[in-house]
Amino acid sequence: MDLWYALTGLLPFEWAGPYFMKNALLAVLVISPLFGILSTMVVESRMSFFSDALGHSAFTGMAIGALAGTVVPLFAGADPMWFAVAFAVAFAFLFTYVRRKTHMASDTVIGVFSSTAVALGIFLATFGGGSFTQFNALLIGDILSVEPAKVGLLALILVLVVVLWARSFNHLMLSSIHPALADSRGIQVFWQEALFSAAIAVVVTISMTWVGLLVINSLLVLPGAAARNAARNMPQYHLISLVAALVAGVAGLLTSYYIGSSAGASITLYLALFFAVTFCLRGKVR
Amino acid sequence: MSVHKHDDLPAGAGCSRACCLRAEGLGVTAGDQVILHDVDFHLHCGEITALIGPNGAGKSTLFKTILGQLPHTGSIDFQQAGGRHTRPLIGYVPQSPSFDRGDPVSVLDLFAAAISAWPVFLPAPKSLRERVRQCLSRVHGEGLMYKRVGALSGGELQRVLLAMALEPIPHILILDEPLSGVDIEGERQLLDMLDEVRTQYDLSILLSTHDFATLEEYADKVILLQSTVLAAGTPREVLTSRAFQDVFHLSLGRGGS
Repeated sequence: MDLWYALTGLLPFEWAGPYFMKNALLAVLVISPLFGILSTMVVESRMSFFSDALGHSAFTGMAIGALAGTVVPLFAGADPMWFAVAFAVAFAFLFTYVRRKTHMASDTVIGVFSSTAVALGIFLATFGGGSFTQFNALLIGDILSVEPAKVGLLALILVLVVVLWARSFNHLMLSSIHPALADSRGIQVFWQEALFSAAIAVVVTISMTWVGLLVINSLLVLPGAAARNAARNMPQYHLISLVAALVAGVAGLLTSYYIGSSAGASITLYLALFFAVTFCLRGKVR
Repeated sequence: MSVHKHDDLPAGAGCSRACCLRAEGLGVTAGDQVILHDVDFHLHCGEITALIGPNGAGKSTLFKTILGQLPHTGSIDFQQAGGRHTRPLIGYVPQSPSFDRGDPVSVLDLFAAAISAWPVFLPAPKSLRERVRQCLSRVHGEGLMYKRVGALSGGELQRVLLAMALEPIPHILILDEPLSGVDIEGERQLLDMLDEVRTQYDLSILLSTHDFATLEEYADKVILLQSTVLAAGTPREVLTSRAFQDVFHLSLGRGGS
């Protein structure tokens, strides 16, 4: 961290002065590529709605964690985030399983899971007359509150996602394009989907505290959607998605610093702008 | 009518010499519903066998069974030309997937993802591009490499999928309704291509189709399937058989299914 602080100290900008901004900038530089990478496959395999449901399940996990902290002495000091991660991963696996086992349309299955998760979360949060207000912070998120240790955790996850991507992106892409074809080439379609869902679950849950539940899904959808307007192949698709996420991330953070808006919402609006621009340009690149 | 067509083969081309896939007594059930039962047939290399039957007759199920994706009763045995029994390498051309026109997947991306370990989100190295180009040249599709899959015509997409199924060169090539969604020109090209592939690589080809008009032009054998094999033989034998009349003429009144 000292190296980072020294580096950012060299930046000739007023905003780069405070430590919370240095931390937040680093967090944005780690979170943005994470979402930029995952976004490509979320959009490609039509999972936008699913990642939204995952955000809801993460909230439920937080509620379970908070409740466990008060009820079970052993968990009193535990970070509810880990409960949320465990819950979201279980949710992702269960969802992938149910979706494969039923002939129902996937948006119906997502609707079932999503609404159940939210209801369970609210039920647990308000259990025994509890107040919901303690969870309000999760809805909006606050990137400025990020601590160096958590940035380290995010960086570790970024490395893991990049490794996962390098190893299984090909199989994942084939599975989403044509499951039967993937199957005939020896790819284990179920595990590819389950692993990808679990990766989204972990990323969404861990970054929710800083990005905010209400806008986190847009980070998973917009970079890929914007890139899709312009890209003609996979390398271009990834590059544009990644750059869009990074630029919007930094721009959103600065906007939030200068005018005091929520960082998550500002980043999202920049991404929406990218989408609008690429949408208007899409006829020209083809 | 006999299902075993060995007697039709010219002397010296029996199963003992040519490679051959022999399915005997295949049965597949889903829950308590019998989808396939007592299915017997042989496939020989260098032959095109067409699988016909009404929708829901079990054609796709039979393909999945041969591909080893479904539990089944009965046996599937494969014998190579030398008489060695091995697991056959099967190339599978699925029914054309539908792509959005804007899908940012190029033919190169799709191909590289299927045949190599190189992550396709990185620009492909020259050697990989060369390999894909060679594979595509088998179906005269070198020019399609940088096109987006969503922008291909039905016939072009089938050729790309065929080229994928031919890498590595399989013993048996299975095509699920390759002619549906393909225009007349594309159909002609595809059939010529299959003929070329069959003679060049000496593999057995099994395809399903609803197009009976052109069967006699390309198919060496036809299998009429409805839960089990109702008729098998040359196109003429099957198309004029009683079973064919029964299955298709009677079912016309019920909407052709």
